[in-house]
Amino acid sequence: MMNHIDLSSVLRQTVACDLYSNLVTRPTGAAVRDQIERLLGDVRDRTLTVIDFSQVSMIDFSCADEVIAKLLLRYGTDNPPRDAYFLFRGVTEEHWEAIEAVLERRGLALVLERADGIHVVGTLSTEERRAWEMAQKLGRASLAELAEALEAAASDVAPALAQLQRRRLVMRVGDDYVVVGAYRV
Amino acid sequence: MTTVVNVPPSLDDYSFDDVLRQLTAVSSDTKVLLDARHVRWASPFGLTALLTLAQTRAERPALAVPELEETASYWARAGFFRHAEELYELHGNYPKRAGGTDSNVLLEITSVAKSEDVHDVVGRIQQKAQLMLRELNLDAKATVGFAMTLSEICQNIVEHAGRGGWVMVQTYRWTKRLGRRVVVIAVADAGVGFRQSLESAPGKERSDRWDDAAALEDAVIRGVSRFRDPGRGQGLAGVRRYLGRWDGKLSVRSGTARIAIVPNWDDDVPLAEHLPPFPGAQVQVTIPERAPSQTSPHAPARTKR
Repeated sequence: MMNHIDLSSVLRQTVACDLYSNLVTRPTGAAVRDQIERLLGDVRDRTLTVIDFSQVSMIDFSCADEVIAKLLLRYGTDNPPRDAYFLFRGVTEEHWEAIEAVLERRGLALVLERADGIHVVGTLSTEERRAWEMAQKLGRASLAELAEALEAAASDVAPALAQLQRRRLVMRVGDDYVVVGAYRV
Repeated sequence: MTTVVNVPPSLDDYSFDDVLRQLTAVSSDTKVLLDARHVRWASPFGLTALLTLAQTRAERPALAVPELEETASYWARAGFFRHAEELYELHGNYPKRAGGTDSNVLLEITSVAKSEDVHDVVGRIQQKAQLMLRELNLDAKATVGFAMTLSEICQNIVEHAGRGGWVMVQTYRWTKRLGRRVVVIAVADAGVGFRQSLESAPGKERSDRWDDAAALEDAVIRGVSRFRDPGRGQGLAGVRRYLGRWDGKLSVRSGTARIAIVPNWDDDVPLAEHLPPFPGAQVQVTIPERAPSQTSPHAPARTKR
């Protein structure tokens, strides 16, 4: 299942004002995150949610921490509330400074959709980044295929893939791994 | 008995300490009259701090307004009297209506008490900021960072002060120190201040040296917050990064200390201690006009042929 969440619409519902398209302040961020969770609903199936910044003018550090960092923290655990994955769309240079800062501070990473394709950004180990990039290149691949492509032992690649899966940056499809955004649920 | 306090002719973040010094030995329930009749110029810091000062007095203070028509008119356009009428007994003549807007005042004095106020402030500044930053030869990319800076500083009031404060944004030519135009954000509150705020952190252990200066160092330099959440304290860190990029200055006064991130063009001290006490926090951000010879921090480095 795939969801599309336009953050500016969520913002307008949250601050009850049509005038502003700025994601600023912690209380606003917390309310927007709550609304995102509400929109995810009680779905038990796997979902890919596109979080769309296209109509958002700016986001400040506090709001980025509340909306993005806390959302990723909540789902990037061994026992997430839902089998949810996130793809961030419409993120411009204007948004990036705040988002980059919170990802760095919290040691988080996310998948961005840009005109030239999907990218993983934020804090990743070298092994995680190599595994993610190879998984993206191969499209859909098993552990053995990824290990072969990376010229590494499967036992060395497996921990990085497990970590990427836990961090919601790749998903399992059967026995294969697919990067978030490359495979539409 | 009323104690008369002289307001210096030029009222800024430094000379405001002269006002506070005169109040050091005056108890808060003593009636004071701030004599601003001879004030000729006031910075956004001076105006917002004057409003804040009134909040700290148990007895409603009096204020003798500037005699110079030009000054009083400017204070009116900056929105000062609108707020001062609620806080001071005003003596003297001053324009009851603002009489138009001042193009140098990007954001007239605005009260900030809740999250919605920050939305309002950021929404109002954005369009003007773009135009103003272009006039200061700053990249269009500086606009978003400027709005973020304003937002984060105003949020300090909402999150930590425990009572409302004020914000003002203005441009002016800073002849004395810089010889260039600057844009200044001043945010002031009379709330709990940095030291008390950090002391309220759960499990906070006080070091041997724990005072207003130490609290400011923790908050401004180390990004410490009263909340245990590691995501806290990013706002001021982000403000510092932004100002570093645009050669700006950050100055934060709280209690008896003031800390400053000082760029090359300024000769302020990084930390001033034992200042006359003043509750809450007063923040000033100064971003100078970019000289034509200065390249954008985003511009790619030139390579030799």
